[in-house]
Amino acid sequence: MFAIEANGQTIEAKRGETILQSLKRAGINVPTICHMEGLLPSGTCRMCVVEVEGYGGLIPSCSYPVAEGMKIRTNTPDVMTTRKTIIDLLLSNHPDDCLYCARNGNCDLAKLAADNGVRERSYQGGRNRRPKDISSPSIIRDPDKCILCGKCVRMCDEIQGVSAIDFIARGSKAFIGTAFNQGLNVSSCINCGQCILVCPTAALSEHKYVNEVLQALADPDKVVVVQHAPAVSVTIAEEFGFAPGTDFDGKMTAALRRVGFDRVFDTSFTADLTIMEEGSELVDRVQNGGALPMFTSCSPGWVKFVEEFYPEFLPNVSTCKSPQQMMGAIIKSFFAQKEKIDPKNIVSVSLMPCTAKKFECGRPEMGQDFVADVDYVLTTRELAELFRITGVNPAAIEPEAPDTPFGERSSAGKLFGASGGVMEAALRSAVFLLTGEEMQDYTIQALRGMEGSKELRVKVGDLEVGAAVVSSLGQARKLMDEIKAGRKDIHFIEVMTCPGGCINGGGQPIGADKSAIQARMAALYQIDSDDQLRVSHKNEWVQRLYKEFLGKPLGHKSHELLHTHYDKREVLL
Amino acid sequence: MPSVKSVETILMDHPDAGRDHLIPILQEIQEAEGYLSQESITKVGRALEMPSSKIFGVATFFNMFRFQAKGKYHVMVCRGTACHVKGSGRALDMVTKALKIQPGETTRDKAFSLEVVACMGACGLAPVVNINGQFYAKVSPMKLQRIIEECREKEQTHVHA
Ligand code: SF4
Ligand code: SF4
Ligand code: SF4
Ligand code: FES
Ligand code: FES
Repeated sequence: MFAIEANGQTIEAKRGETILQSLKRAGINVPTICHMEGLLPSGTCRMCVVEVEGYGGLIPSCSYPVAEGMKIRTNTPDVMTTRKTIIDLLLSNHPDDCLYCARNGNCDLAKLAADNGVRERSYQGGRNRRPKDISSPSIIRDPDKCILCGKCVRMCDEIQGVSAIDFIARGSKAFIGTAFNQGLNVSSCINCGQCILVCPTAALSEHKYVNEVLQALADPDKVVVVQHAPAVSVTIAEEFGFAPGTDFDGKMTAALRRVGFDRVFDTSFTADLTIMEEGSELVDRVQNGGALPMFTSCSPGWVKFVEEFYPEFLPNVSTCKSPQQMMGAIIKSFFAQKEKIDPKNIVSVSLMPCTAKKFECGRPEMGQDFVADVDYVLTTRELAELFRITGVNPAAIEPEAPDTPFGERSSAGKLFGASGGVMEAALRSAVFLLTGEEMQDYTIQALRGMEGSKELRVKVGDLEVGAAVVSSLGQARKLMDEIKAGRKDIHFIEVMTCPGGCINGGGQPIGADKSAIQARMAALYQIDSDDQLRVSHKNEWVQRLYKEFLGKPLGHKSHELLHTHYDKREVLL
Repeated sequence: MPSVKSVETILMDHPDAGRDHLIPILQEIQEAEGYLSQESITKVGRALEMPSSKIFGVATFFNMFRFQAKGKYHVMVCRGTACHVKGSGRALDMVTKALKIQPGETTRDKAFSLEVVACMGACGLAPVVNINGQFYAKVSPMKLQRIIEECREKEQTHVHA
């Protein structure tokens, strides 16, 4: 630590950090556009410039290392005019479309303009008109609103290791596009939506299905059933002004009934079911010489990633459908039979932290007799929109319990929402299933937290299991390449596509920084430590489902309804 | 005629190529095949361990690369200074409207393709258009329209014959 001066005040700086980091810690706000926490600076937008005494010109604070004795000024007339000019130029060819815009009220660009006093148009630039890309069931691209900050490109490449998009052409003609400028649906995009989370404008957004759901709700002939993923209840409150980490589980259930859903189920129930099926599958693979290591299959972005980039590992991916699809399948079979409803009259809606789930529910193998397991997937953001459109305020409603038979869950199922949670839930049950004894302490600290890669060796009965947990596909890629190069000490691998897991999914509220994501994660851990039922194998309704309908894990019915298969995918890599 | 090199041989001529070899490799492929196809870009991507989106991005940065095979009639409009002064801009507008394609593109029926080039060394005849090697001097939009219609007619009688 050493002292520097910022706007006349003495502040502390750490060696090796950037000027921006020192300023931020001291509470001095400098606007940025292209800066991404945790990545090397790209230094392209110049929004973050400051003056440093003795250094000529303006210095980009996001990429310039802080040095002892620096005297920094962040709000001289020169700095402020420069910022304004940069914004003026960005707006010069921007469509003035805020009223109809997906990011209205939540737009970084609009906020920059407001915060920096840009209140009239200074330049009228020629506008490039490019068609929207609506080809993907998950992601919409609207190039007209793109300000070419490059964050989506870096997210897709440096964090996700996918590189579906890049800068195309140059100068005033430059835009962000896929290889050969084709639709995202035929590109290597795995639909994770992480690019949406970093985009400062509405150039990237999710493919919305709110209207379709409203239509179904208005149709008296339809039974509209909804399920919500483990990570949605701990983030939806943010959309209504509550602090990250606020849990709205019961309130959300009650609010969904007010909106008009006929049944409210909890996807954590089928997370428990997944543990039963996937756990049995792992034991089966170990005992009968199946392909190992086994990878989890609940994250659809990851599944598509393997199909495209590592098809040789497809036999290693668990054949279990994801909890969303398992829930969809038993709603349209067991539930439909029990309630004597024609599955064709059920509309199955799923509330997810994830944009890739939209793609997943449309996969042709995810259904029975031409009836899809799940009809519509809404992200957490769309759920908020649904609540607003229907005038339902979840914050003001008394909590209610979900419906039977798929409402009960263990907190192990709830942990699926955070990186490491599937593994933790699986190990809790594996220990019991293989030894007949419960773990002393269910919490497995080594699998918790935001690290992109976590590993653990555990003894389960006589078995020594190597467990690995990765989140983000860049991390997955690293591990896959180690395995390809001959690593053999791992047996079971949990992969989540989004950094930190579903709590940071591509469908979650926009604008969350690292501490917000940690708060969401902590909320799930809190739910787990407060819960009475902390293991999947003790979920009574799951046991009843096996007794009354499915038979046993990996049994005939399970295979038909709860398991799937994968295929190599031909896309432009 | 010299034998046309395949993408594979071109890649073999650049053993252990890194990303810095990308441009020369793409140039050689375009020379051999007339354009950069999806297949060849994918092959280059595999050889250089680069995603095809990046290669496409780099290639589109330069005006010299095209991504569609040339048409039967390859129309080159000069946009050099002399031609510009003499109104090649209007001629180009006319062609893009008549053929409904942009420079670098090929019509759906593969009859026409369009390319914009810098000075063709015939500034005295500006504005200059070249179709399949034949020079057309002092083209006005009207004159150019007639030339294109003639090509089209030839093409149609050819099809009907
Ligand atoms: S992206 Fe932002 S600035 Fe652009 S139209 Fe939408 S709200 Fe307005
Ligand atoms: S959704 Fe994910 S894979 Fe697709 S372009 Fe965005 S970051 Fe890349
Ligand atoms: S799409 Fe969004 S994130 Fe990507 S370059 Fe454009 S503005 Fe930036
Ligand atoms: S934020 Fe520093 S250059 Fe963009
Ligand atoms: S500028 Fe067109 S031929 Fe020289």
